[in-house]
Amino acid sequence: MSIFSYLLPKKEKSASVAKERLQIIVARERATRGGPDYLPQLQEELLMVVRKYVEVDQDAINIQVDRESGCEILELNITLPDE
Amino acid sequence: MTKIVVVTSGKGGVGKTTTSAALATGLAQRGHKTTVIDFDVGLRNLDLIMGCERRVVYDLVNVINGDANLKQGLIKDKRVEDLFILPASQTRDKDALTLEGVEKVLEGLKEMGMEYIICDSPAGIEKGALTAAYFADEAVVVTNPEVSSVRDSDRILGILSSKTRKAERGEGDIPASLLLTRYSPERVERGEMLSVEDVKDILAIDLLGVIPESQAVLNASNSGAPVILDSESDAGKAYEDAVARFLGEQRPHRFLTANKKGLFGRLFGAQ
Repeated sequence: MSIFSYLLPKKEKSASVAKERLQIIVARERATRGGPDYLPQLQEELLMVVRKYVEVDQDAINIQVDRESGCEILELNITLPDE
Repeated sequence: MTKIVVVTSGKGGVGKTTTSAALATGLAQRGHKTTVIDFDVGLRNLDLIMGCERRVVYDLVNVINGDANLKQGLIKDKRVEDLFILPASQTRDKDALTLEGVEKVLEGLKEMGMEYIICDSPAGIEKGALTAAYFADEAVVVTNPEVSSVRDSDRILGILSSKTRKAERGEGDIPASLLLTRYSPERVERGEMLSVEDVKDILAIDLLGVIPESQAVLNASNSGAPVILDSESDAGKAYEDAVARFLGEQRPHRFLTANKKGLFGRLFGAQ
């Protein structure tokens, strides 16, 4: 850390950006881990249906499979854009 | 009692073979009869790192197919007593490695009285990596403090929790521990590299060791001597600590902080 760097505006450190990005992607991948193989395709097709009406991003849809005492719950979250 | 350990990572080039060589050598140095097996069929490299490439006659696939018996296939290390290497085959036929065949080899090694069998996994999550991990009692996950490596490690942890024999038999997850390699405390302090704590937070597994980025690792592979034999080097010492922890010893982690610079360095030396 040189004396000159104190004079420069503070940028967000790349390590903290890396950590944030990892936490998000890892959480998402863990959520679908062990789920049925058709999940990605289901996600894709659901997205196509939603897109017929609203323009949403690829990452606006979140699919999660939870197992609770013998039954599986398919949880689906679609974030719609602000008007 | 034999313990089978898989050294894995998902991502390539993070230090699986370097770690397998160091771990096996360290265990043997402490008097534990150990074999290290290269599972990277088609891309044999452990022999180079162990410095026995010119002594390879038979390989893992030869032993599985019965072209050679286990004793013929094993290469005895010339530096460390109780250390044996079983090289990978250079065949391009990925189906040469069968689970039945591997099981037979592992059983043979158990009968020879091996205490530890270190399985050096290939990169990826294909058959080769799954075969290397299948019979494991324990996993060492080698990770670099870098986004793609951490993500792949998490992926491989998920696979380990369902695809090992123990998992299939309902005996639960095999214990997995983290070995963080190519760590640069200077870059961590500058906020340019994920810290040990960051990686531990994300992967949520026990920390076996942190190996600092070190010239010694390249020197070691250049000369075909596992870096743990370079006991003067940071990396060698860090691997030695990791081996001790692997055997249950409590040792504080070293090489996690940058060398402090003097006033002059702090004023003028940006790096």
